[in-house]
Amino acid sequence: MTALAWLIPAALGLGALGLVGFLWSLKSGQFDDLEGAGWRALDDEPIGPSRAVKHEAAPAALP
Amino acid sequence: MAQALTLAPEIPKGAVAAEETAGAAGATRTIQLVVENMRCGGCMRKVETALLDLPGVTAARANLSTGRVAVVTAARAAKTTEPLIDALQRAGFKASELPPEGTTVEPGDRDLIRRLAVAGFAAANIMLLSVAVWAGHGGDMPASLQTMMHWLSALIAVPTVAYAGMPFFASAAAALKMRRINMDVPISLGVILATGMSLYQTTRGSEQVYFDAAVSLLFFLLIGRVLDQRMRSQAASAAENLLGLISPATTVVRADGRSERIPTRSVTPGMALVIAAGERVPVDARLTRGTAEMDESLITGETRPRRVGAGDALFCGTINLSGPIEAVATACEENTLLAEISRLMQTAEQARGRYVRLADRAAKLYAPAVHILGLSTFLGWLWLGHGWEQALTAAIAVLIITCPCALALAVPAVQVAAVGRLFKHGIVVKAPDGLERLAEIDTIVLDKTGTLTLGEPRLEPGSRVDSAALTHAAALACVSRHPYSKAIVRACRERGLAVVPASSVEEIAGEGLKATIDGVEVRLGSADFCGASDEIDRPALWWKAGTATPLAFHFDDPLREDAAATIATLKRLGYRIELLSGDRASVVAGVAQACGIADWRGELKPGNKLHRIEALKAAGHKVLMAGDGLNDAPALAAGNASIAPSTATDISQTASDVIFQGAKLQPLIETLAVAKAARRSALSNFGIAIGYNLLFVPLAMLGIVTPLIAAIAMSTSSITVTANAVWLGHKRLQEAS
Repeated sequence: MTALAWLIPAALGLGALGLVGFLWSLKSGQFDDLEGAGWRALDDEPIGPSRAVKHEAAPAALP
Repeated sequence: MAQALTLAPEIPKGAVAAEETAGAAGATRTIQLVVENMRCGGCMRKVETALLDLPGVTAARANLSTGRVAVVTAARAAKTTEPLIDALQRAGFKASELPPEGTTVEPGDRDLIRRLAVAGFAAANIMLLSVAVWAGHGGDMPASLQTMMHWLSALIAVPTVAYAGMPFFASAAAALKMRRINMDVPISLGVILATGMSLYQTTRGSEQVYFDAAVSLLFFLLIGRVLDQRMRSQAASAAENLLGLISPATTVVRADGRSERIPTRSVTPGMALVIAAGERVPVDARLTRGTAEMDESLITGETRPRRVGAGDALFCGTINLSGPIEAVATACEENTLLAEISRLMQTAEQARGRYVRLADRAAKLYAPAVHILGLSTFLGWLWLGHGWEQALTAAIAVLIITCPCALALAVPAVQVAAVGRLFKHGIVVKAPDGLERLAEIDTIVLDKTGTLTLGEPRLEPGSRVDSAALTHAAALACVSRHPYSKAIVRACRERGLAVVPASSVEEIAGEGLKATIDGVEVRLGSADFCGASDEIDRPALWWKAGTATPLAFHFDDPLREDAAATIATLKRLGYRIELLSGDRASVVAGVAQACGIADWRGELKPGNKLHRIEALKAAGHKVLMAGDGLNDAPALAAGNASIAPSTATDISQTASDVIFQGAKLQPLIETLAVAKAARRSALSNFGIAIGYNLLFVPLAMLGIVTPLIAAIAMSTSSITVTANAVWLGHKRLQEAS
């Protein structure tokens, strides 16, 4: 029974970690464009010089 | 996100409203553009690349779900959006700037998803603790451990209920304030009572604790709510994009001959305007100088451009395909044809707003029944001489068992399964209650151009144009935005010929294109322009090389390949079919015959279409309107349900419940079949949910329902209902096959 003393907090902690992770990804706009995200994964075009340079400057979360 | 969306309250002269931020990389501004025809990942890449290649643009990110692109530019760069819009136009996209007042709306489902996540976390963990408690029942679990687990559950449940339950409590409170009862009233009552009672029981160390039931109830209900909200917000953002069609800045010529750019909203009738090539007409106007070809597909749905000369009317939202023209404003803002059509559409839509959804109809009967049952249980136990505590416990058990968990899931779960199934076939259901209305349809009204036909001109397949002439014509055509020019380029590519743009092509407004290839002057354009005499009344472009005889390219608007077959199937399924078109009667008659439609009307104005639909509805028919042009928008809004192809104008897509992709008409059959199946599934789901209630409510009233039984009953009914819905996504529909 004493194992419960740390098993339950551990389970809750892991769950909370998942929850925080999800809320964070939601907040950073990763669910804003589900349709587009699917397509972006398929975009295997070699990134051109102009795109490569400029993409580094792109902010992480744009609406 | 919110920061980028907060825009300056006023538009400075000739500039765009935009956020200016001073960062480490220097001051930047974020501009939102609506890109009308961005439909896939390839488009998204093209849009981003086209924008990033411009000087001063530091970032561009397209959002396919909303059809917008956010562009970050250095604040030092040009203050107007014209270079951006122009670059997109060269890449083949129609873009316009989103008006500042439209950009403040945030996708509304984020808040609900946060609540759903919290409820999901809580439900899972409380269920874990509860399973441990049930498993330990009658075993060797000490009472102290059980109480501790209950306290832990309470610790998770109480904040969760307070946070995740808020949308339901707010909705219930609003309904009660208006002296009405909605589905949220029994939900709120059940959840609050169950949580409160469980808390009380926990303090007394009792076994009757319902935290798991209360929280998982909220979790299931929030799923339904999120699905619902998502469909709604998509529709709202499409409507907002429409505002972008009205261009925000206009070039006006002052009395002293000076021209300047002013915000469109400050244009007043009588002002002299200059409309550049490729620009949208900002207000209704009358042409004063120049001739032009206008793309009026937004208004009429016809792809064939209209030739206008001095004195002709220009409509707000149409595009100038030729050189710059001068015009005088005749009607502004609320008085334009575009605004008029929007108004017609909104009025027509109000009637549809009165449709009572299946779930709401069920709630109307269900909510009072639940309250009466709960109350009579409470009073019954008191009357039998038991204490208030025992009576309340029994009443809560009744409320939890009857809590419309399965009922609230019954319809959304089915809808999501049906919508997912349709989505796989390239059909997007936009209106949350669209499927329910589609299931009741008995009459289908179709538009011609763009619905029965593909809606874009095609070089007539029979025409004997040799490859050399076609290649040369395409070399000229590829610099033009004219639909016929585009058709020539397409035909050239289809024959596997390479299109090499000719150098120094000259565009003569309203006439055609001119260039010199290998020392020979070549022309592509109207009959007059090319020196041809016999122009038959048939869409054509003429081609002339040097002194040779002019050659004609004829165009047609082909029927969708399966149009006739689809109409035949729909008729066999018992639908009444009608064709309403704004095109000339002779053309409409030909199409009607080819598709086997007996009821057709031609030369109709948007208002006529609307009246015809109203008449059909008044005669007791349930009408499905299928159309694509802006002229169809009021009719689309008036129909009991409406469907539009993805090539339709944005306003028509906004007015439609369903949008289908691809060159076929078959999605129409699929949509109707799935809608009917979804209705059957929703009804059988109600049956299942009510069946569970009939089984368990008597037990709950007798007070022999333990938390274990309550939780099992609730979960099984929810799971059965969901499984029934999932099955809809997979089973074969005979009508669709």
